[in-house]
Amino acid sequence: MKIKVNGEEVEFETELTVSELLEKEDVEMPDMVSVELNGEILDRKDFATQVVEDGGQVEFLYFMGGGTGHELYRRTA
Amino acid sequence: MIIELTTEDYQKLLEDAQERFPTEACGLVAGLKEDDKIEVKAVYPMANLDESAEHFTLDPKEQFKVVKEIRTEGYQLIGNYHSHPATPARPSAEDKKLAYDQDALYFIFSLQDEPVLKAFEIEDHKEVTELKIELV
Repeated sequence: MKIKVNGEEVEFETELTVSELLEKEDVEMPDMVSVELNGEILDRKDFATQVVEDGGQVEFLYFMGGGTGHELYRRTA
Repeated sequence: MIIELTTEDYQKLLEDAQERFPTEACGLVAGLKEDDKIEVKAVYPMANLDESAEHFTLDPKEQFKVVKEIRTEGYQLIGNYHSHPATPARPSAEDKKLAYDQDALYFIFSLQDEPVLKAFEIEDHKEVTELKIELV
């Protein structure tokens, strides 16, 4: 099946979950990634069960944040 | 590796940092990567979800939107930028801790004294390498 990942067409033999896709895309910290499937942002708890079907369009991007604070602070998306 | 930045985009970054002061300004940087240089083609000021003088967080929804714009323009995502309203232009402990995208460059605009813009690679949340910025 063919899906689009970050705008590029990628082919897989079978359907796969979002978690499996992120692993294949060498995402080392999926907890710090936001995923959009067919235009909808997914809840991170659904990554392991949400299946990407043939023709699906997946976008993923890393959390981006930081700052000058002395104590580590992070908003979890 | 050298980063080419137009004076217009430098000015856009500076104005964003100054206009949002004391809140941290932030956004994405796009351009073209070549073997020996990175050409910045556009900068995208974005919301700081934290609305803080000490922290910034980009909105994932806005990130998706801007990344698609970048692709439509034929550019690549180069990295992000944020301002340090009252501290030097170097990655803080928090900046390093939250540098999850190993491919991204991290631009920091300090307004501590005279405005200073620097760009860094951050590897494994600790190894920081400054890249030279050339204004063109």
